[in-house]
Amino acid sequence: MERFTLKDLGRYEEGVLESIDLPEHDARRFMELGFLPGSVVSAAGRSPFGDPRVYRVDGSEVALRRETAARLVLRRPGSAGRKDP
Amino acid sequence: MSQRHGATETASPSAIRPGDPSRLRTVAVVGPPNTGKSTLFNRLTGLRQRVANYPGVTVEKRIGRARLPGKIDVHLIDLPGIYSLEPRSEDERVARDVLTGRMPGVSGPDAVILILDSTNLGRHLGFAAPILSLGIPTLVVLNMADSLRSGGGSLDLDTVAQQIGAPVVLVSARTGEGTEAIREFLVGALAVPAPLELPVIQDVRRCREWSAQIGEAAEYRAPAPPLWTRRLDAVLLHPVAGLLIFAAVVVAVFQTVFSFAIPLMDATDAMVSTSGEWVRALLPDSWFRSLLIEGVWGGVGSVVIFLPQILLLFLFIGVLEDSGYMARAALIADRTMARVGLQGKSFIPLLSAYACAVPAILATRTIESKRDRIATIMIAPLMTCSARLPVYTLVIAAFIPERPVLGGFLGTRAATMLGLYALGFLAAILTAWALKSSVLRGAGAPFSLEIPPYRVPSLQSLALRLLDRATTFLRRAGTIILCTAIVLWFLASLPLRNGEAPPISESVIGTVGRTIEPVIEPLGFDWKIGIGLITSLAAREVIVGTLGTIYGMEADEGSRDLQGALRGDLDLGGAVALLIFFAFAMQCMSTVAVVRRETAGWRWPVAQFAYMTLLAYVSAYLANRIIGP
Repeated sequence: MERFTLKDLGRYEEGVLESIDLPEHDARRFMELGFLPGSVVSAAGRSPFGDPRVYRVDGSEVALRRETAARLVLRRPGSAGRKDP
Repeated sequence: MSQRHGATETASPSAIRPGDPSRLRTVAVVGPPNTGKSTLFNRLTGLRQRVANYPGVTVEKRIGRARLPGKIDVHLIDLPGIYSLEPRSEDERVARDVLTGRMPGVSGPDAVILILDSTNLGRHLGFAAPILSLGIPTLVVLNMADSLRSGGGSLDLDTVAQQIGAPVVLVSARTGEGTEAIREFLVGALAVPAPLELPVIQDVRRCREWSAQIGEAAEYRAPAPPLWTRRLDAVLLHPVAGLLIFAAVVVAVFQTVFSFAIPLMDATDAMVSTSGEWVRALLPDSWFRSLLIEGVWGGVGSVVIFLPQILLLFLFIGVLEDSGYMARAALIADRTMARVGLQGKSFIPLLSAYACAVPAILATRTIESKRDRIATIMIAPLMTCSARLPVYTLVIAAFIPERPVLGGFLGTRAATMLGLYALGFLAAILTAWALKSSVLRGAGAPFSLEIPPYRVPSLQSLALRLLDRATTFLRRAGTIILCTAIVLWFLASLPLRNGEAPPISESVIGTVGRTIEPVIEPLGFDWKIGIGLITSLAAREVIVGTLGTIYGMEADEGSRDLQGALRGDLDLGGAVALLIFFAFAMQCMSTVAVVRRETAGWRWPVAQFAYMTLLAYVSAYLANRIIGP
């Protein structure tokens, strides 16, 4: 199954969050912001400089830097292993 | 439309006992950020609020009183915006301690008002589980009813109430719709459903699953995505248009402060001097009249005229924050701030620091990374705050002749002012870079920024903000500045000689000034400026009042104009040195106090004060040497 990170999510594309590759403490903060494994993340806007980008997740929009987005692992929607809440 | 739950009446009819007006009850107001918590708090309490600090911690405590029918007062405590009760950040720890009654000096609340965003029920209801499981009577307020409805969203409130075991109301804090139901809850008139078993509270995932189930049961229909927000963002975050608008906003802030404020300030100035003349005409010639005119009017009046300017600046920042643009500004600024090791969230405090460093330092709390936060606190007082404006305006008007530069686009005076702003900004940026590449090196928490939808700012909350600022400023003018002015007047009038006041240079204050003169003489300052530097340690703008008092008393016949008097005492080198000294020095005790509180110790504020004073002294010395008389 194809895995990629949030950094490589194209504009207007969607992905399903698989895991957050960050220390427990930081990962929890992202979960509170809506980045729960299994949730659908899509790319919305971006800063005029291209970085950070704005992602839409669980009804709200959150901006992340490229380096942080590279720590969020996604799979394509509809691919195997889905466990959406 | 006042919707509220009122179906199940299994539990006691009232969560809190109504009556007994002698015992004020406390109700905590909690909720995640960006849910309109402050707007609702302001709506419920109006002007009956005050701000304090919890003992031993840095978190601000806002307490207000809601007057209920039957003249019952309820104390409302506005807790910091938090996502969970896990005590990781100081905000979260304070919220948890207050709610559980563990905060010393604060009794546990009798009830809780939890504010959530009804336009994103699934996610927000998840935040309710930890609060509800505390077992305190809780009212769940679903805010943004207007946005929910206009986007075609809906839900069954009764079902939500039954499922979560707490009363639920749907309101719009912005328009006031439905808020009377909150008052009904506070007097105990709202029915409360039976409490229920709740999911394991510390697990984000299970809370979210729980809230998803409730959303389904209550047939929650989320509103259509905020189209206007997307359309606006397409422009405001556009690679070209977005940057131009960002620049335009920053320029507009300065333009407002420097140009549009002038007529208002002139009007205030006229009012101050006219009333001073009246008082002079009313009273017989005596030491008391001299104290009033030279001490009070000269000291306080010269500061009060800056009120319109300061309020305009705060109005601008309020509109930017309440509309949601500030988050976009932080997003745009992030890349640039990253170059000096800071981040987009530092931009908001730094922009507010143009108004005043104290609220700016409080605003750094949104920065998760502790190192970034300290760095932002350290540089905030270098941004040109509004208290420097009186000093800059006076010295520039006295020494810089008005000539067009840049083909008449700018005047020399405006250019000098801009230069001073740039100077403060550059010093801030370089200091940040130095800190972040040495003692505060390291990344810390990864950057994340919630981008809220755009909203029309509520006039009421803007008005309350301004009123809050105006009272703070006037209180300062009425206390610190008034006291300094009066004490100064006495020190300048004593010791009496043959029952007459001595020449000011031989008075007590004159002696103090002449004692420190050797230290400041290399900067081109004389003893009168020295007195101003000492008194301005309390607050920068005090120097204007001080000089107003000193020159007022020195002059033989009442009014000698302040600018003319300054020109007699300073040469151009000294004037520029004075401007630069004020650009860098940390002449503000409120800032020192707030930094100590926010960094929980003396280490940072002492280092900051020493660094800024040294920077100010050396730069002023160089400026005086290079420019000369």
